[in-house]
Amino acid sequence: MTLLSFDWALVIEKLILIVIIVLTTLLITLYTTFGERKVAAILQDRPGPNRAGPFGLLQPLADGLKLIMKEEIIPTSASKWLFILGPGLAMTASLMTSAVIPWGTDVHLFGRTIALQVADINIGILYIFAVVSMGVYGIMIGGWASNNKFSLMSALRAASQAISYEIAMGLALIALLMTTGSLSLKTIVADQAAGNWWNVVYQPLGFIIFFICAMAECNRTPFDLPEAENELNFGYHQEYSSMKLGFYLFAEYVNMIMSSAIMASMYFGGYDLPFFDETTVAPNIAAVIGVGTLLIKIVLFVFLFMWIRWTIPRFRYDQLMNLGWKTMIPLALFNMLLTGALILAKL
Amino acid sequence: MSIIQVLFFALSAFAIGSAIMVLVSKNPIHSVLWLILVFFAISGHYILLNAQFLAIVNIIVYAGAIMVLFLFVIMLINVKKDSEPQKQFLVKLLGVVAGGSFLTLLVALVKQTAQIQGRNLLMKDGVIGLIHPLGKALFNEYVVPFEISSVLFLSAMVGAVIIGKK
Repeated sequence: MTLLSFDWALVIEKLILIVIIVLTTLLITLYTTFGERKVAAILQDRPGPNRAGPFGLLQPLADGLKLIMKEEIIPTSASKWLFILGPGLAMTASLMTSAVIPWGTDVHLFGRTIALQVADINIGILYIFAVVSMGVYGIMIGGWASNNKFSLMSALRAASQAISYEIAMGLALIALLMTTGSLSLKTIVADQAAGNWWNVVYQPLGFIIFFICAMAECNRTPFDLPEAENELNFGYHQEYSSMKLGFYLFAEYVNMIMSSAIMASMYFGGYDLPFFDETTVAPNIAAVIGVGTLLIKIVLFVFLFMWIRWTIPRFRYDQLMNLGWKTMIPLALFNMLLTGALILAKL
Repeated sequence: MSIIQVLFFALSAFAIGSAIMVLVSKNPIHSVLWLILVFFAISGHYILLNAQFLAIVNIIVYAGAIMVLFLFVIMLINVKKDSEPQKQFLVKLLGVVAGGSFLTLLVALVKQTAQIQGRNLLMKDGVIGLIHPLGKALFNEYVVPFEISSVLFLSAMVGAVIIGKK
């Protein structure tokens, strides 16, 4: 009887890591909503939330409490199970990405070497791509199950937008993979940290394409057509209330943080602190520095997302499709050809 | 039973159960959602066979893209439960008989195939499903069919853009 004979310490180690990553992500998300409102306020020259606690720091807790205390309403004509499944799927898909992100170098604790990455699979980037393509189901199922024509229109918009921009995103990724020669995020980050240039130097056009597509996949303004309130009332989450609505809103912020982490890892060196040799300090301190560096990069990217949101107005739907199919895809194809030609020329 | 066998039987039961739900569900949207679960179970089987690339591509292409299009179309044409034509009992019975015969035929054929007989399933073993051996095989032995099919896909994509431009 050799059932369940595997390294239990590894299982416990990974479980603790997953719990820490998920809790930290949710905590950061909580304060990203606060950050969003503060950034908006600064850009619009007004004080922003400043009543709850010092500098309004308790505002996210008050918001969360308000959402939880609201009445749960499930419309009678809604498809009940799918209505509940929608927000759960949106949240799960956005959190699943964190599994392959390397958060730092290895930590040595209690005589064990602990990798700060939940799963180092050799298809890491494809896994992220798969999870991204799953993300649209939360919106589609929720929008359809609400049995509201505005929600349905919004769900269809979200689906076509996500599919259109996934193509350009995939093509941008292919060009990156051609330069790195590996699909494992751990290898990609380790190569950049080993003293080479960051990948953004080799793939500037690829990064811009990836960034725009990531913004479209996160449904952020100027790409937030699925929740265009002046045409669709409130979009796919119109019938939702209480914490189910909260899950949809939260999932958007988690998506934003995760895509920032992915962009930082793939194009901006991940946990690599520039002009600093990590081998000169103890491994555990290097790991802490690495995690801190990655978090700072994530915060900078999230700020960039917010900056763009409060600067550029929303596209029209045909403009969105034109940008996706007639600009992004040809540009990504050109980038791929250019990368291939440069790799050939170097040989 | 090892952990791999436990996983194999659990995934198989999951796949078959979801496949039955695809057929039994009255609502076409529910059928599509169950079909997505079938694809996930099959991807689990690929991982057990150590074919990670195949598993993840199955999820990206089938569960992620094609099923979204299925859902999209069904949501757009808005199939109602009561407006669907109801089939007669005799037609249903004939369908069951025909489908059952075809299943028996398939199982008998697979059982008699010479390549399968007397061979064991390789679980958590073999490298052909990993990305490096697969890439080597595609670009050495099968480079011409691979390139032709990729040109086909590219022309389909360019065609979509051209149609969109009109």
